[in-house]
Amino acid sequence: MNYQWSWASFSELSPDGIHTYLQTLLIGAGWTLALSLLAYFFALVLGSAVGVMRTVQSNPARLFAASYVELFRNIPLIVQIFLWYFVLPELLPKALGTAIKQMQQPWGQFFPALLCLSFYGAARVSETLRAGIRSLRAGQHQAALALGLTGYQTYRLIILPQAFRIVIPPLTSEFMATIKYSSVAMTIGLMELTGAARSMQEFSFHIFEAFSAATVIYFGINTAVVSILSVVEKKLLNAVANNPSTAELTTLSEVKQA
Amino acid sequence: MQISAVHEILTALPYLLKVGMTFSLTLTVLAAVLGLALGTLLALCRMSSSKWLSVPATLYVNGMRSVPLLLVIFWFYFLAPYVGAWITNSPTPLQVGAYRSAVITFTLFEAAYFCEIMRAGILSVGKGQVSAGLALGLTFAQVMKTIVLPQALRNMTPALLTRVITLFQDTSLVYVLSMTDFFGAISDIASRDGTAVPMYLFAAAVYFVICFGASRFIHRFETARYAY
Repeated sequence: MNYQWSWASFSELSPDGIHTYLQTLLIGAGWTLALSLLAYFFALVLGSAVGVMRTVQSNPARLFAASYVELFRNIPLIVQIFLWYFVLPELLPKALGTAIKQMQQPWGQFFPALLCLSFYGAARVSETLRAGIRSLRAGQHQAALALGLTGYQTYRLIILPQAFRIVIPPLTSEFMATIKYSSVAMTIGLMELTGAARSMQEFSFHIFEAFSAATVIYFGINTAVVSILSVVEKKLLNAVANNPSTAELTTLSEVKQA
Repeated sequence: MQISAVHEILTALPYLLKVGMTFSLTLTVLAAVLGLALGTLLALCRMSSSKWLSVPATLYVNGMRSVPLLLVIFWFYFLAPYVGAWITNSPTPLQVGAYRSAVITFTLFEAAYFCEIMRAGILSVGKGQVSAGLALGLTFAQVMKTIVLPQALRNMTPALLTRVITLFQDTSLVYVLSMTDFFGAISDIASRDGTAVPMYLFAAAVYFVICFGASRFIHRFETARYAY
């Protein structure tokens, strides 16, 4: 056991010739955050749509949504990201494929990674939302229909507001999961946090400094996200609890308009 | 093109299955068994009334669960030789090898996740059972071994098996250490022959069939159990 720990290694110049190793790690953390935030946003939008489709009456819609979820959940993420990065440009029309392959350095990796994580996250979000919708009593749906609401109105005004409230905590942990699995983007060469640490280890041989720094930054991001989201969670739940009339008022006004 | 792609996959198949898939499956089984054992131990520690056991176990589990698996893979790949040298008191880093380091990594990583499942399982067994066992004169260890853990394990079987499917998918990440698991073998051949498209599609299909089949099986097992 004779490992030489060196704090100075962080202020050494990285191979790009501009940034120190510490700066490359922080830039990597920035990419991790940008990728996870965007992917989480798209996953929420697409995942909500798929989650709703899993619970509707129409058989083709349910079958489509179920196939979507099974497809994206049963293929390892690294295989999926390789498909988006290596295989998709080959299968597209030639001009488009070449254009994709010639995209500039970080973007050529960032967009496939974003697509991959969004579609994968959507499958996970949809399962969560579906569980939330399932946990509501069937009477809610029937009562809404009996009041003369259309299927769209039932979901928009009755089912989804309740279901989303139930799944806020699991959706929070889904964002933490997104941050973690965004590290797979390093396998196609995106220099996000894990990739930046790996590159620092390869070029500087300061193995443990690199991975310790990355670990500390991940812990920091996690702590920050947990505290921000718990505030958001409380606000959302308080807004509903303190002011039950708001939900009803919008509901009634929208019904009248319809 | 289609025919040649099929031909390429068929020629590579023995290598992919014999070397690659064997590696993936052994790694999955070893990490699942060892991880479950360690995870159960961690769960008992987490639920122990002694702070000396519960605090370190909690820190370990939460720490493991808040960093990406890829980072953990790198950590142990580079750390294991130093820890090995420290244990055996050797002056130079120990040669651990990629395979053993992968088994260690996945065992330690999965243990954190199995711990949480087993904790839920232990909590699902009524407290009265522990009291009854103690009242009958069994020691705490005997109560755990003969009464609580068997039931916890049975209650949690579907969750544990689902986690094993995730573990099987995650073993493909050893690609970053250039190991020849199934996906590593696929990417070896894809880059050797320049056949990325058929090879990666084939890999996706194989993983899909295995994981989908396994999850259907678990689902049937679960419904069969609650049928009566």
